[in-house]
Amino acid sequence: MSHILKVIAQRISLGFLTLFTISLLITFGVELLPGDLAESILGQGATPETVKVFRAELGLDEPAHLRYLNWLGGIVTGDLGVSLASKREISELVGIRLANTIFLGGFAATIAVPLALFLGILAALFRNTLFDRAINTFTLTTISFPEFFVAYILILFFAIKLGWFPGISNISTDLSFGDKLYRTLLPATTLTLVVLAHMMRMTRATIINLLASPYIEMARLKGIRPIKIILRHALPNALAPIVNVIALNLAYLVVGVVIVEVVFVYPGLGQLMVDSVSKRDIPVVQACSMIFASVYILLNLSADIISIVTNPRILHPR
Amino acid sequence: MDKKIDKIKEQLISGKITRRDFGQFLIALGITGASAGTLLSWAERNAFAASPKRGGRLRAGIAHGSTTDTLDPAAYENGFMQGVDYAIQNHLGEVDHTGAMKPELAESWEAQNNAQTWVFNLRRGVEFHNGKTLDSDDVIASFQHHMGETKSPAKSLLKQVKNMRRDGKYSVIFELSGGNADFPFVASDYHVPIKPSSGGKISPNDGIGTGPYVLNEFEPGVRFFAKRNPNYFKEGRAWFDELEMLSIVDPTARTNALTTGEVDTIDRADLKTAHLLARKPGIVLKEVTGTKHYTFPMLVDVAPFDDNNVRLALKYALPREQIVEKVLFGHGVVGNDHPIAPSNPFHASSLPQRKYDVDKARFYAKKAGGVKVKLSAADAAFPGAVDAAVLYKEYAAAAGIEIEVVREPNDGYWKNVWMKKPWGACYWGGRPTEDWMFSTTHYSGADWNDTHFKDEKFDKMLIEARAETNQDKRRQLYYDMQKIVSDEGGTVVPMFANFVFAAHKKVQHGTMAGNWMMDGNKFHERWWFA
Repeated sequence: MSHILKVIAQRISLGFLTLFTISLLITFGVELLPGDLAESILGQGATPETVKVFRAELGLDEPAHLRYLNWLGGIVTGDLGVSLASKREISELVGIRLANTIFLGGFAATIAVPLALFLGILAALFRNTLFDRAINTFTLTTISFPEFFVAYILILFFAIKLGWFPGISNISTDLSFGDKLYRTLLPATTLTLVVLAHMMRMTRATIINLLASPYIEMARLKGIRPIKIILRHALPNALAPIVNVIALNLAYLVVGVVIVEVVFVYPGLGQLMVDSVSKRDIPVVQACSMIFASVYILLNLSADIISIVTNPRILHPR
Repeated sequence: MDKKIDKIKEQLISGKITRRDFGQFLIALGITGASAGTLLSWAERNAFAASPKRGGRLRAGIAHGSTTDTLDPAAYENGFMQGVDYAIQNHLGEVDHTGAMKPELAESWEAQNNAQTWVFNLRRGVEFHNGKTLDSDDVIASFQHHMGETKSPAKSLLKQVKNMRRDGKYSVIFELSGGNADFPFVASDYHVPIKPSSGGKISPNDGIGTGPYVLNEFEPGVRFFAKRNPNYFKEGRAWFDELEMLSIVDPTARTNALTTGEVDTIDRADLKTAHLLARKPGIVLKEVTGTKHYTFPMLVDVAPFDDNNVRLALKYALPREQIVEKVLFGHGVVGNDHPIAPSNPFHASSLPQRKYDVDKARFYAKKAGGVKVKLSAADAAFPGAVDAAVLYKEYAAAAGIEIEVVREPNDGYWKNVWMKKPWGACYWGGRPTEDWMFSTTHYSGADWNDTHFKDEKFDKMLIEARAETNQDKRRQLYYDMQKIVSDEGGTVVPMFANFVFAAHKKVQHGTMAGNWMMDGNKFHERWWFA
């Protein structure tokens, strides 16, 4: 048990180091972009005089490394800072958007993960039959299409032609849970179609691989039913690689869905980040990237722990 | 007589009288025969069978909006915030559907001292959403927010105001640095709403004004929600009970929102598919020609554009009609290389329209010793700018002119390309008056003089026309100025783009204004549900 704790502690400290490196990279990356917030916000209305006043107001006339250190000091004490553009507390601004993104990601995950496992197991069971080939072709097709294309096709059929679902998914806080589910079904379906292939095919491949092992042959010789062989003997050993793939896709569901957000006009974190980068609102960009990086790190950590726990050889090292 | 007719037309549109009454008035005024017929069919088209009705929630899908928007008037940067401004706040005056200035918070104004002093008399008894009554201090504080040490883009516009003072509780006197017959337009610019003041200062982010709707919720870049102001001082306006504006930047999502009934109206219909949208049952496509125009400005102090032969060669090599067809899909009119729109009061309609002329282009190119130039374009300048540039290049090649089109990144376009590269692309919303437009773009000292145009004679005429109160003299001055810019200026103006937007057929309105998209961006107070 202490072995696991040691692993977790190692990983978390590595995680912090990663976060620190990312914050440096992102900050200086955005600094390198032409223009700054004052010019971006004033747009065509920027004149040297007005830009100068705006900059002084925002403290942008301080050198970059000083501003970074200030921000770092704030973050360590839990203060995400204030948006340069709107002076709103970033924690409040990001909080709502993060909740929305997690809602959509969670919704998509609840559909995608069980479906992928189910289909993967079936495909392994009926490998090389027509069913298997059909499922593979279908999921590979949906993952190959760009997300906005899948989104538009779904909108065309289900929102416009059939009218079963709304064409845009702008949710607000006063909607009921059921309403939210209804309005976000189309984007959740889009995301599901996009992540299905990876998880399903990994499941299928790992199980098929294991089905060639001697102990499975033994189980078959003993007369155990195929489905029980897969669920009780093959799947537990297949969990490690499958869980890694699931973690990767879950992270994508939170971090990589800005295109779906734009197409469905869904108020999530991706849209916020794109807007902030184009306006050079650095504190918001930093906060968003910290959140995204943390999501990746945490999910990978969980995947690693589950891999260890399901593998007795690593769990109880000699 | 015309004024009387205009007055009853207004009453008909705002629903104060019915079409029957309108007809009776015409008879009483002694208008019969053909002119009556014209007026009656106008009434038929513009006063819908149902006069304005109260009620409903208008949901509008707007093509702009960003998470970095704020309620501070000094930071109004896009069409979404302009719509929000007109919903919750008012200005001293407003532009009506004829392009003329009408009183809003000021009930009257007068020019004194050769239009160098302006006295604005405020309406009495107007209340802000927080209960405070409007007075001169609020007006002065609201203007001062944009003057002096400020980041507001309205700062250069208001430089002409030397001094402001109150004359009692309901009168404000502006002293300008020079005569300006169009000052009421300047004083009603959308950057300067009148907000409640306290101790001589306004709270720029409080979202409080005198406007038709009271701010309820504002999520920048996402949603604006407001409820009708029961105390609104204007009669015959603000028919909706609730107003919801959604920021939908993606054109496909915006079109879908309208066709699936998620919103009742959208601005900026996608031009490529506008004709398909118009065919959808229940949707009406609306189009208004305003002052919006797209340009290709050249820096006239940078070679080779400092030679007027080069500039003329390029102007004659421009395929205007084709660009309007291909880039605007026919939703616009050709421009004549100056920024004054057909809807501006002193537009030089008798100035010959320059056309694509290979011979003339070749002639001027030869005089210049050959023309080989680069054109920087990006869709950030105007939608379709790159396509227009490529079309330009192809047609100019027929006259032996070589144009290399350089595609610039959208990000940072206004910082790195506009007014930096020798020849680029740009758009202008346009201004309601010639003086304002020329002062913004062609006056030698203007911040946004994107062609670096410097002509002493032009500057003199500009200042003379500004204070000129004789309409005929003014018209002649502006005609001459448009000719100078067209023949010697550095800006190529291929087209004026119409405002194209759409609404569900249950959305009704009168004759629409052309100064901004969606009925001067005052759609929320001017429209109603059938």
